[in-house]
Amino acid sequence: MTTKINFPKRQEILFTGFGGQGIVLAGRILGKAAVIGDHKESTLVQAYGPEARGGACSAQVIIAEGTIHYPYVRYPDVLVCMSQGGFDKFIGDMKKDGTLLIDQDLVNPHTVFPKGNDKTYFAIPATRMAEELGRKMMANIIMLGFFTAVTGAVSITAAENAVTESVPKGTEKTNIKAFHKGYDYGMAVLKGRKKKASGKRGA
Amino acid sequence: MKPAVLTGAHFMTGDVACAEGALAAGCRFFGGYPITPATEIAEHISGRLPQVGGTFIQMEDEIAAMASIVGASCAGVKSMTATSGPGLSLMLENIGLAVCTETPCVVVNVQRAGPSTGLPTLGAQGDMMQARWGSHGHYEIIALAPASPQEIFYQTIEAFNLSETYRVPVLIMTDEMIGHLSERVVIPEAKAIHTVSRPKARGRKDRFKPFAPGPNGVAPMAIAGEGYHIHVTGLTHDERGYPDMTVEGQEVMMSRIVGKIRNNLKDIIRTDSYLLDDAEIVIVSYGVSSRTSLAAVDEARAQGIKAGLFRLITVWPFPEEEIRKLAARVKGFVTVELNLGQIHLEVERSAGGLAPCVLVGHAGGTIITPDRVLKTLKEAF
Repeated sequence: MTTKINFPKRQEILFTGFGGQGIVLAGRILGKAAVIGDHKESTLVQAYGPEARGGACSAQVIIAEGTIHYPYVRYPDVLVCMSQGGFDKFIGDMKKDGTLLIDQDLVNPHTVFPKGNDKTYFAIPATRMAEELGRKMMANIIMLGFFTAVTGAVSITAAENAVTESVPKGTEKTNIKAFHKGYDYGMAVLKGRKKKASGKRGA
Repeated sequence: MKPAVLTGAHFMTGDVACAEGALAAGCRFFGGYPITPATEIAEHISGRLPQVGGTFIQMEDEIAAMASIVGASCAGVKSMTATSGPGLSLMLENIGLAVCTETPCVVVNVQRAGPSTGLPTLGAQGDMMQARWGSHGHYEIIALAPASPQEIFYQTIEAFNLSETYRVPVLIMTDEMIGHLSERVVIPEAKAIHTVSRPKARGRKDRFKPFAPGPNGVAPMAIAGEGYHIHVTGLTHDERGYPDMTVEGQEVMMSRIVGKIRNNLKDIIRTDSYLLDDAEIVIVSYGVSSRTSLAAVDEARAQGIKAGLFRLITVWPFPEEEIRKLAARVKGFVTVELNLGQIHLEVERSAGGLAPCVLVGHAGGTIITPDRVLKTLKEAF
């Protein structure tokens, strides 16, 4: 797909949600995919302490071609929100041309993005899709698949391998299935936007 | 049995890399007591030690944990414990015992914000002077401050090597941020890892003097139970290890335990630098704050300010000679650390009035931002 974001040399990614959603695990899988699978440099700074156990939770991931000196996310290039709290707290920090990904059933972005302006961010009903799979806890993996499709920050092979290596033994297959649900949804969104964009040009 | 050296590329936290570094160094005993944010070291090594024929014990508290690793080391096993500030406070008495009995061991302090219980889950670098002077009496000690999971892996091996070479406790003074930071860690093949063991006892077993120094000032060490004469005490002792509570005995023992470090500074001290050769302003930093400093150097250079970083890997003994040399040619020093001025004082002392020294400090609980360092650079020089 050519509509993927042009990936810069250093990408700051912030995953947000609440404790228990697997936000830190999503960050860990992403970092692992970048380092082990794609041979890039990556850092993960995870929320730690009471906030990681129910309250607002975040995972700061940096992916870069070269050495990462300062491992903290200041102004995210990509902001992933799986809770309203995460969105409200961090949307102001996102870079001007940054990419926003949300779980559309958990985050209402209209305080910042007016209705009808939905092409400026990417939305997926990740938790609902996970519930349909019978595993609500896999919403993070669905989101990770969606993230991989729309940002291209890591390769799909690297992400798949990192998912397999990072989830509890015996759950690999269902997690990969969840990952693909999100990935396919992301690809469909991209395809739809491309079609719409070219359609407009034709008119 | 599983391999002690997990050769390959990993994405792991500093805490886990520390545990893996210990195993690669030959550590086969860990006595500890869990404490945030060092718990993951104990957690990880408790699973790994039994896989490599080692022993893990969770002791009743940090006093006992420290005692257990001193005992294990006397029995010939490379040993380690890991804790955070409140635990280090409790360990200090027995760290002094290890200094006095010249027992090799490694103590990891994943620093969190204090004093007292402080901010248990949030990092700081407030125990640097405690590491140097925390136990009573005058002594020399070695402390390292790694700045990444990869460096923790290697510096943990170095900590064991230094500890075994000089028969002194070695502290790894990391911080919550580095302990919980995940990054690439490449573990080499086992045969590529250089490990050192304590100088071995030789000669007649009944006439062996356990504290008679060798050529570098360090006495060969007999293992309890090997048959060599052995006597270990925290009292001032003579070369036989027997109490010698005289002024002369104190002078002889003290000059040995202090001299073996002071006379080998070149072998012990490790530092790193970044864009230092033509630097006019030198940032001195260590641990997580050196990561902030690297970013600040880059931003300063982009704005035409000739800044460079002098990074401490060995914090104790302090590289005063290197600072002194720099002081003669630079505009000034900026020390960046997560306390309200500890290593800053050492930089100031070492600079000896030849260059001004400024502190960018913080009480802890968060990291210092590169912007703040840059602002100070501009304002001060």
